[in-house]
Amino acid sequence: MIEIENLTKRFGTNLVLDRLNLKVPTGQTCVIIGRSGCGKSVLLKHIVGLLKPDRGRVLVNGKEVAGLKELELNALRSKISMVFQGGALFDSMNVAENVGFGLFEHTRISQKEILERVEESLSLVDLGGIGNLMPSELSGGMKKRVALARAICIKPEIILYDEPTTGVDPITADSINRLIRSLHDKLKVTSFVVTHDMRSAYHIADQIAMLYKGKIILEGTPEQIQHTQDPVVHQFINGLSKGPITEAIDTFKEA
Amino acid sequence: MLTLFFIDLGRRIITFMYFCGGLANLTAQTVYLTLKPPYKYGHIIEQSNKAGYESFPIVSVVALFIGFIFALQSAYFMQRLGSEMYIASLVALAIVRELGPVITALVVAGRVGASHTAELGSMQVTEQIDALETLAANPVKYLVVPRFVSLSLMLPILTLYADIIGILGGYLICVLKLGITSSMYMHITFTALFYKDLFTGLFKSLIFGMIIALVSCYEGFNVEGGAEGVGKATMRSVVVTFLMIIAADCIFTALFYFIFP
Ligand SMILES: Nc1ncnc2c1ncn2[C@@H]1O[C@H](COP(=O)(O)OP(=O)(O)OP(=O)(O)O)[C@@H](O)[C@H]1O
Ligand SMILES: [Mg+2]
Repeated sequence: MIEIENLTKRFGTNLVLDRLNLKVPTGQTCVIIGRSGCGKSVLLKHIVGLLKPDRGRVLVNGKEVAGLKELELNALRSKISMVFQGGALFDSMNVAENVGFGLFEHTRISQKEILERVEESLSLVDLGGIGNLMPSELSGGMKKRVALARAICIKPEIILYDEPTTGVDPITADSINRLIRSLHDKLKVTSFVVTHDMRSAYHIADQIAMLYKGKIILEGTPEQIQHTQDPVVHQFINGLSKGPITEAIDTFKEA
Repeated sequence: MLTLFFIDLGRRIITFMYFCGGLANLTAQTVYLTLKPPYKYGHIIEQSNKAGYESFPIVSVVALFIGFIFALQSAYFMQRLGSEMYIASLVALAIVRELGPVITALVVAGRVGASHTAELGSMQVTEQIDALETLAANPVKYLVVPRFVSLSLMLPILTLYADIIGILGGYLICVLKLGITSSMYMHITFTALFYKDLFTGLFKSLIFGMIIALVSCYEGFNVEGGAEGVGKATMRSVVVTFLMIIAADCIFTALFYFIFP
């Protein structure tokens, strides 16, 4: 269960999140949509405690993330994985070491077993057998998928995906969506997915929430979102260049 | 005009205080995590290899030339006094007490400190440091401690080596060019040097090693703004390390002068 209450964050004078409220029940997949730069990645970073809220709080399984001691925070982080927008693979290590990092660091599992689990995670993202390559030898989409493999390798209860399908071809995107779906169905993983891809949003979401001007302006099932009357959400999901979101820009241009 | 000056001055002072606070904080964390198990021997050995072992060639060349130059420069004056023999003691004292530690530290700051800042800085801008944290690996433990330990160990070793090579440089000039006998040169060198000279030099180099590791990692962690930010941080890291090495050198030299007169 992830509960976000009145989360406020500013960078300098830039108010990114403004009293944001959101709740994701255990085992559900919540998709966050919103324009580029509206603070989706910032929101995710608050859930793993990489950023501290200015106001408000984030509760994961009932515990406030920002208030945890180092040991408790590490315990929490061994249950949460985050897939970074740019992959964030360690470029001094090869793919297998990257994917197995969490297990090598925090468990007493034998090396052989870890490598088996690494291979298993890699084949889940269709990248079996590339364990010996370095991140610099991978394409952008492959890096994304290795990052995904690293996230699922520790068998977390919660996975935060920051644009998992951006920059990969449509076929791979579909298989990533299926993977997210099956983690949800089989392992009851709680997922938090940031995406711009509405098709995959409809496919994987139990709940879709739109972030706009620092707040969640609408939250609902894919059905409800598709048939919404809200002009802002309507403009966004249908990808229209004219509408309330861009009105400010248009009036600026005309003036 | 004057108000602008004071605003700017105030901002600089705040930035400086912020830097001092951040560096002190990193130092405390690093020392604490260095002492706290588990110890990551693998990383320490890897870093010692990069920072120490691979620095031997450049340190050799620099130390040898410093030895040559110092011997020749002192010869210029000592010949006028007709006491060329004492070039040996001058070379030995200057190199072991001062030139060895400082020159080695500056070479290592440029070679290793800059690379640490650039490496950690790139990790910062590509979110690898955040990724480490989400994988429950403390970035200070994982990245700073091995660099701190390896530099603190390797810089004194490199300095000792530079001392020997520098004295060898002086030896070559004196024995081959100025006609002082080999046994005479060695005799004068060893009578001039006391253990305390060696000890103070190596102690300073230990401090310099810590400064290089901490400043370079601190600057790396605090990179903002992409590739340009990494470049700026690397430059700042080298400048700050140089200044701090010289300042620490001055302080410790004065301290030792009064403690062990
Ligand atoms: N560390 C930071 N320091 C200062 N400003 C930041 C920082 N991180 C994010 N921001 C600002 O917060 C805002 C939101 O950034 P964020 O990365 O969350 O956007 P996003 O919604 O993920 O966009 P995208 O879809 O393009 O990834 C941006 O305006 C950005 O400038
Ligand atoms: Mg983002």
